[in-house]
Amino acid sequence: MSKTNILPGFRPALGFSLLYLSLVVLIPLSTLVFKILQPDAHLSWAGYLDIIGNERVQASFRVSFVAALIAAFIALVLGFVLAWVLVRYRLPAKRIFDALIDLPFALPTAVAGIVLASLYAPNGLLGEPLNQLLGVKIAFKPAGIVVALIFIGLPFIVRTIEPVLQEIDPSMEEAASSMGASRWQIFRYIIFPNVLPAAITGFGMAFARGVGEYGSVIFIAGNLPYVSEIVPLLIITKLEQYDYSGATALALTMLVVSFVLLLAINLVQLMLLKRPQTPTAAKAKP
Amino acid sequence: MSIILKNISKRFGNFSALDNINLEIPEGELVALLGPSGCGKTTLLRIIAGLERPDSGHVLLKGEDKTYHDIRDRGIGFVFQHYALFRHMTVFENIAFGMRVKPRKLRPTETQIRDKVHALLALVQLDWLYDRYPDQLSGGQRQRIALARALAVEPSVLLLDEPFGALDASVRKDLRQWLRHLHHNLNVTSIFVTHDQEEAMEVASQVVVFNHGHLEQQGTPSDIYDHPANAFVSRFIGDTNIIALESHHTDWLRSSGLDIPPQPDCLHVRPHDIDLSKATSDGAATAILKDWQHLGALIRVELAKPLPDGAEEIVYAEMPNDRFKQLALAIGDKVDLTIRQAHWFHEEIGRAPH
Repeated sequence: MSKTNILPGFRPALGFSLLYLSLVVLIPLSTLVFKILQPDAHLSWAGYLDIIGNERVQASFRVSFVAALIAAFIALVLGFVLAWVLVRYRLPAKRIFDALIDLPFALPTAVAGIVLASLYAPNGLLGEPLNQLLGVKIAFKPAGIVVALIFIGLPFIVRTIEPVLQEIDPSMEEAASSMGASRWQIFRYIIFPNVLPAAITGFGMAFARGVGEYGSVIFIAGNLPYVSEIVPLLIITKLEQYDYSGATALALTMLVVSFVLLLAINLVQLMLLKRPQTPTAAKAKP
Repeated sequence: MSIILKNISKRFGNFSALDNINLEIPEGELVALLGPSGCGKTTLLRIIAGLERPDSGHVLLKGEDKTYHDIRDRGIGFVFQHYALFRHMTVFENIAFGMRVKPRKLRPTETQIRDKVHALLALVQLDWLYDRYPDQLSGGQRQRIALARALAVEPSVLLLDEPFGALDASVRKDLRQWLRHLHHNLNVTSIFVTHDQEEAMEVASQVVVFNHGHLEQQGTPSDIYDHPANAFVSRFIGDTNIIALESHHTDWLRSSGLDIPPQPDCLHVRPHDIDLSKATSDGAATAILKDWQHLGALIRVELAKPLPDGAEEIVYAEMPNDRFKQLALAIGDKVDLTIRQAHWFHEEIGRAPH
């Protein structure tokens, strides 16, 4: 293979990639699998199924994945609008906006969690009016988890969509408009298909981050078993009770499910890249 | 569709892109908007299209004031300088786009769309490319697909922004002829923008020359070349010798056969309007042959005319190959100049011929 490769350094590059992946990703993760397979782990297959089958555990999986999914969707819409505004309009203090968007990356997630919790608490700055006017409670409810995860996921979406939006040639939109397309049609058939692959990447990243998020969620979630308890919290709880095999079983399941979901998102993206969007659903085969 | 522009002005900040432009384009013409870069020609094209709004003035299409109408309601096909093909769609879908986005009632059936797209692809002679994506096409192919796409909505005016600007020289040459023939067959009023005077002269039936946001002259290519309205047009279209007229010039110009009007500032002479003959003795219009170049069908001769004050004026002449052979001149020979025709302009002091 390296003989026909024009770029030099294929072997060292591959070697480095494998080394890095092994040290940082594969070895720690496979330790997890080994841990469960060790004879002294006291974890049989039946034992594993028992742990996973537990109702509280199942509820926590539901909470974790559903909340991350909803949050990633909402963040996708908000993030698209934000990216659009940042790219298309000349804002005063654009740099400050830009920096603000990255803030969730840098902020310790626990800080974000505490701030959000106090804001949305029933007597908080936002929580009180929301509760009194609309009867909506956010903090210490599953909705609180979603709010925290939107906050965490937003920068992923904005940062993946922004460069793609920047690259869209405005004359492509002008061309569509000269052919009679309405603004909605331009968005639907020109902008949206061009942004979609990046949007899916951003969505996948926000979702993955949301599933594993711990710090910001536990302060706002209320952590009620069966209702607003997330899997990472359950893992910590099990660790604190010296139930190492239980924690490992949860972690491994989390790992597999996340990996499968991310793989699925990547596959969807690949399919979309191959099958472009056209104005009418029925594709003409000349 | 006829196009009338009335008192169009447009400013970008302090920069005046267009200053009170009045222009009338009759139906069926192929018009070139010609000028150096930054002269406002693209802005004018975009104003006609409805992609820009003029600060003042009116755009009349077929007699109707469409100044504030959106590009969607103008019946215009626009071909962008860098084609602006939809990169996520095949060639087929690019061309079909304009038909597919029509309101449901007006939308052609799938069969009609297919027939139309293939007819257009046949027109631009690229039928076998229907399932390719734009990034799989060459520049010339993209250009023709962009044209087919613009024609798909049956526009009554076709606007092309620097249509050959991004192509290499040989492709450009082919496409020019092709566009001219296409226009001849379709007879859609077409306007294209170019900074290349050769391109404008070769392709267009009408040329409009712009400079610094002003319309300098409008006319057929022959009009513009033979009767330039001012020094700018004369200098911009074709080659010309520019001679700043001072007293020491009058003698030799008179003896080269020109009548000099009372108070001209400068004189423009096309190189092919200068004829040479071997000098027998030193006359008033005798120059020295400094150098010559073979340009293909023509020979360009560089002449130095000594002036009474000791300086010399460099003048270029062009003549067919066999005429040059007939004269049998060598570098350093003395020749007599005969100027058949010249243009006089008042507004400009001469500069070196190019």
